[in-house]
Amino acid sequence: MNRYAAWKYLLMALAFVAGLLYTLPNFFGEAPAVQVSPGKATVKLGSDMPERIRKALEQAGVTERGLSIDLNSIRVRLADTDTQLKAKDVLQRALNPDSADPSYVVALNLLSASPRWLSEVRALPMYLGLDLRGGVHFLLQVDLKQAALKRYDALAGDARTLLRDKNLRHAGVSREGESLRIRFRDAETRQKSAEMLRGNLPDVEWTEQVEGQDLWLAGKLKPEAEKRSMENALKQNISTLNNRINELGVAEPIVAQQGAERIVVQLPGVQDTAKAKDILGRTATLEIRMVCDAPEESASIASGTVPFGCERYLERGGIPVVVRKQVLLTGENLTDAQAGFDSNTQEPAVHLNLDPKGARIFRDVTRESIGRRMAILLVEKGRGEVVTAPVIRSEIAGGRVQISGRMTTEEANDVALLLRAGSLAAPMEIIEERTIGPSLGADNIRKGFHSTIWGFVAVTAFMMAYYMLFGVISSLALATNLLLLIAVLSMLQATLTLPGIAAIALTLGMAIDSNVLINERIREELRNGASPQAAISAGYDRAWDTILDSNITTLIAGVALLVFGSGPVRGFAVVHCLGILTSMFSAVFFSRGLVAMWYGSRRKLASLSIG
Amino acid sequence: MEFFRLKRDIPFMRHALIFNLISFATFALAVFFLATRGLHLSIEFTGGTVIEVGHAQAPDLEKIREAVGRLGYAETQVQNFGSSRDVMIRLPLTKGENPAQQSDKAMQAVRSVDPLAELRRVEFVGPQVGGELAADGAMALLFVVIGIMIYLAIRFEWKFAVAAIVANLHDVVIILGFFAAFQWEFSLAVLAAVLAVLGYSVNESVVIFDRIRENFRKMRKATPREVIDNAITATASRTIITHLSTEMMVVSMLVFGGPALFYFALALTIGIVFGIYSSVFVAAAVAMWLGIKREDLVKPLKKKDGEFEIVP
Repeated sequence: MNRYAAWKYLLMALAFVAGLLYTLPNFFGEAPAVQVSPGKATVKLGSDMPERIRKALEQAGVTERGLSIDLNSIRVRLADTDTQLKAKDVLQRALNPDSADPSYVVALNLLSASPRWLSEVRALPMYLGLDLRGGVHFLLQVDLKQAALKRYDALAGDARTLLRDKNLRHAGVSREGESLRIRFRDAETRQKSAEMLRGNLPDVEWTEQVEGQDLWLAGKLKPEAEKRSMENALKQNISTLNNRINELGVAEPIVAQQGAERIVVQLPGVQDTAKAKDILGRTATLEIRMVCDAPEESASIASGTVPFGCERYLERGGIPVVVRKQVLLTGENLTDAQAGFDSNTQEPAVHLNLDPKGARIFRDVTRESIGRRMAILLVEKGRGEVVTAPVIRSEIAGGRVQISGRMTTEEANDVALLLRAGSLAAPMEIIEERTIGPSLGADNIRKGFHSTIWGFVAVTAFMMAYYMLFGVISSLALATNLLLLIAVLSMLQATLTLPGIAAIALTLGMAIDSNVLINERIREELRNGASPQAAISAGYDRAWDTILDSNITTLIAGVALLVFGSGPVRGFAVVHCLGILTSMFSAVFFSRGLVAMWYGSRRKLASLSIG
Repeated sequence: MEFFRLKRDIPFMRHALIFNLISFATFALAVFFLATRGLHLSIEFTGGTVIEVGHAQAPDLEKIREAVGRLGYAETQVQNFGSSRDVMIRLPLTKGENPAQQSDKAMQAVRSVDPLAELRRVEFVGPQVGGELAADGAMALLFVVIGIMIYLAIRFEWKFAVAAIVANLHDVVIILGFFAAFQWEFSLAVLAAVLAVLGYSVNESVVIFDRIRENFRKMRKATPREVIDNAITATASRTIITHLSTEMMVVSMLVFGGPALFYFALALTIGIVFGIYSSVFVAAAVAMWLGIKREDLVKPLKKKDGEFEIVP
């Protein structure tokens, strides 16, 4: 009656082997590595990169222990920290010829030291949280109200320009809070203007208003447009942050949106918070200048000298461009840049929006320079790079500019991103910061590990003494629970934090509850005169209801922590909830299987070893 | 080995009134401390900056206090953290100063006393976050209480649901009372511990309730009081053993976990000890006062004609 079907044993064995397999990588520790990733949004890791890295290392006499290639980075495994430092220098020099303007981030990192066959079955170690490996965590609040106001300012300028171009007379365009107000003198003009504005500014909802003698047209962004502009603002801030963090040379930075208006930045291994904060808060500027391509200038450039009043910059891809020192427009005049398509040719294009001042200057410049080239530069830390240098085809009025021609969709996206990334869409403020030194991280791992192990030893020793063989089985079930829990966490690639380790310990302490319940029940059945086999069967069956009830109540608390908790509490809750689930499997299904293996086949069983 | 071989039922319920009075007294004391002293909230709730500094040798706290005091903050705290060589400095929120400057200034002050001091941890929480965390914590508590009550009401009966929640909220208030009385730091981790204990202690009540229900079926002639006494006696061994083993784990955390886990483990320790007490002496008693009856739990089954029924 206590025998298990073959498939149940098979399931037990499978779970155990899978548990072992996925827990294994956590024991190998980490090996030093060097990570190469693109340092700019426009640089991609080419398919020849692994070969370049191998060659560079070979020439310098550094032996690598294997390359692993991700979507966005290449990691080179190395024997020890000395070669790691050497390899970093070698690669830095080989990949970034201009050290003042690095194209690639070469950073020190750690790679799992587990054998390759484990990595191939996706058995990877758990990811350690900042409190265990050391590093910096920032939570930034994005001031979206500012972004919205900026957007309305830009729209006011657009409306003004449009009305002037169409010769519609108004008595003033203004932004009042988060809305636009245009005053008119007569109803007919207002009617015409409303139609024209609806056609040209489709994102805005226009309503006619009358106040005393005055006729007004009020504009408000449509909810979906407003939502889109907020999302864009946040995305722009995230991409700007990403670009800046790349310079820090952090191996695995995390920049992610949290909620509607917050951004989390995590920089593992970074200790210098002051520098990190400086870089996060810095702004880059965008400049629009003319290319020096007058005939006499072209001649002197061809002979290798830079003409007076000009400067030499590199375009993306390394082609030199000589541009005038005079700055026509800066990023302040650029309100938006989006990738899209040319409405006539359907070629990929980048659409720019300029504010009224920018639009006016742009119109004047383009009128005078048809057929010549204009350069858009991104200047950061005093270094400029030409993002793009298109030819002016016609006079452009109205502040809406399109750059197109010989671009792929991807390039259009990159250019739009770079143009936007120059500045933050909305101001940000650090509202939470956590820095953990590396020694404290190592301390935390050790302490968490010790508390779990000693607690585990105490509990199993007690169980074995108190319940004899059934205690041994309970202990095995508990060990299986630990194994499965770590395996599931590794499989999910969950981030392990100190509260997570505490949750492992606590979950083990609570999981033994189920086995105590079963063992007590079996004892009770025996005391009431049941035969050993019947007692085992009744013990497990009767205890099951109670185990389910108690685990569900614990799970309710766990889920509440998961839903409402943030940061460290969430790390605790994830492990806690998973632990409750694995404990149900191991404490009931697994331990019963072990009992069945030991006692199940014995017909004439006189007594049980249950203390 | 067996610790509890109870031949006869212990008449717990005869003394229910006394137990309830004890509970009430502890509860009142906890509320008193909470009201008069309040919780010593961590910066996660209040906002502010905490800096943890490691020293090679135990530094002179007074000197550090003096140096930090010279920075001119309204309220600063300098104390040992974990060992005599680690010092924790807590600074209040100040307007118009960014956290980087604050921690840098404090670090300079510490280095003026011990130039070799090592910065181990910085934590800054802005005013926006603190209030949110407190609100989220309250929401989580509410969610747990309502969730558990609904579950118990479906699985058992509303009287049990009320009894279990009364018993376990009494634990929660007592844990908070301890934190208020001794002014231990109440952090997010402690809040997580409190909620975990709430879920866990309800287990105990559930185990006893389960047995009460079973007894109502088996002991057809017994009074509710006898049924409850028998249920508690029968589960007493299990209650104590499980708590003992969970407590072993938690104490191990208390001893080996270091300062980062200390208050978390402490909240669990207190919670588990009071969990035993409240499940045994409070929950069942409250259920009894609420007038639990056989009919509440053993529902008469309406038999359809021609249907067989198996009665255990």
